[in-house]
Amino acid sequence: MYGTEVIDPDVPLNAAESADYDAALAGSAAAGERPAHASFDALIEADQRVEPRDDMPSAYRKTLIRQIAQHAHSEVIGMQPEGSWVTRAPSLRRKAILIAKVQDEAGHGLYLYSAAETLGIDRAELLDMLHDGRQKYSSIFNYPTLTWADCGAIGWLVDGAAIMNQVPLCRCSYGPYARAMIRVCKEESFHQRQGFEILWNLMRGTDAQRAMAQDAANRWWGPALMMFGPHDTGDAAQGGGHTEQSMAWGIKRFSNDDLRQRFVDMMVLQADRLGLTLPDPDLRWNEERGHWDFGAIDWDEFRRVLKGDGPCNAERISHRRRAHDEGAWVREAATAYAAKQAARATSATRSTDRLHAAEPAA
Amino acid sequence: MTEPGSVAAERSWPLWEVFVRARRGLSHVHVGSLHAPDATMALRNARDVYTRRQEGVSIWVVEAASITASSPAEKDSFFDPAADKVYRHPTFYDVPEDVEYL
Repeated sequence: MYGTEVIDPDVPLNAAESADYDAALAGSAAAGERPAHASFDALIEADQRVEPRDDMPSAYRKTLIRQIAQHAHSEVIGMQPEGSWVTRAPSLRRKAILIAKVQDEAGHGLYLYSAAETLGIDRAELLDMLHDGRQKYSSIFNYPTLTWADCGAIGWLVDGAAIMNQVPLCRCSYGPYARAMIRVCKEESFHQRQGFEILWNLMRGTDAQRAMAQDAANRWWGPALMMFGPHDTGDAAQGGGHTEQSMAWGIKRFSNDDLRQRFVDMMVLQADRLGLTLPDPDLRWNEERGHWDFGAIDWDEFRRVLKGDGPCNAERISHRRRAHDEGAWVREAATAYAAKQAARATSATRSTDRLHAAEPAA
Repeated sequence: MTEPGSVAAERSWPLWEVFVRARRGLSHVHVGSLHAPDATMALRNARDVYTRRQEGVSIWVVEAASITASSPAEKDSFFDPAADKVYRHPTFYDVPEDVEYL
């Protein structure tokens, strides 16, 4: 029953398919030429990439570790909301897609932990910090996936918002992070399309299926807008957030508010194609601004969930810790096996050495 | 928190740099890194992490500790010898424009 509908291939579904992504790719290729005597400031000034062994201010290093780790944690925790639907996916096709998507999220986590490690921190240490709550992950993953339509809404809205955030990171000043993001964005594109397709099919199904799709959109729209982070333009720019410094360092390329607006402008049209109503009575086209106006975001809820009081915070972390603990024997076995093989190789080399020593010199 | 043993075990896994040949006729290109207890596991994990979409026909894994790299601090003096030898490029030479195949 799924997968026979055709989606117009000419409409860009997400930022990874837009000119922005191509520009970021071209930009990172052009960033190869570096000026002589490249100090950190000169590199940033010339919009060049900073590489692991370059000198960099410790605050830059710390900011990147925090951001990349939080990003990696989000990918890893992000496997859970949809992972819980793998056994209940409505068809074999959907199950295979969902497994591939969840596996991608694990891969994205690994690319990002690797990028963080080039800054001199150990992945095991980052995982410790995730497990004991010293480092955060995106608050979006603390919401439950109540119905199958939630898998569609996550792909369409959550991955859509993630791509909007991530495409500019392909031009991040830190080379390993930028390169990881290029890989991630390329793969995220399928994530958003499969989510859109789930909703597209549900919207062409029964009344109950349409209602289920609408209910999922109602619940995920607000949290998706929060994914761009607190306001950081206008009066909020004085709020002491990280935006200004991160933009000066070339880590961040656009403000939270700019990216959120772009996301809204893109999603209003897609919602219309789907036949879904976005749950915001204040949503209307503003001729003067050339953008869609949208209603206030519930920042109290955002802070509450971020602090740990969301519907699923405790469940996500305890599940993550359990998975880590239950995998311990596999890691231990692999380590023991490697040690045994290494010991055998050493003793084999020794006996070969003895053999050679016994042979007469030619 | 996990028991200290497993964390210590995982922390001791060496870092491997991963190189992938995208197609026959192309060279292996660095794509990223990962931790693994030995070369076999590194190769297997590299396949799962870096070639999920047929990005390669061949993979190399190299222990990061085995790589000797030039130092960015000495970059200028290290690469200096090539800086003043423009005559190594074909464009250095003045030749008549009407000579074919030159």
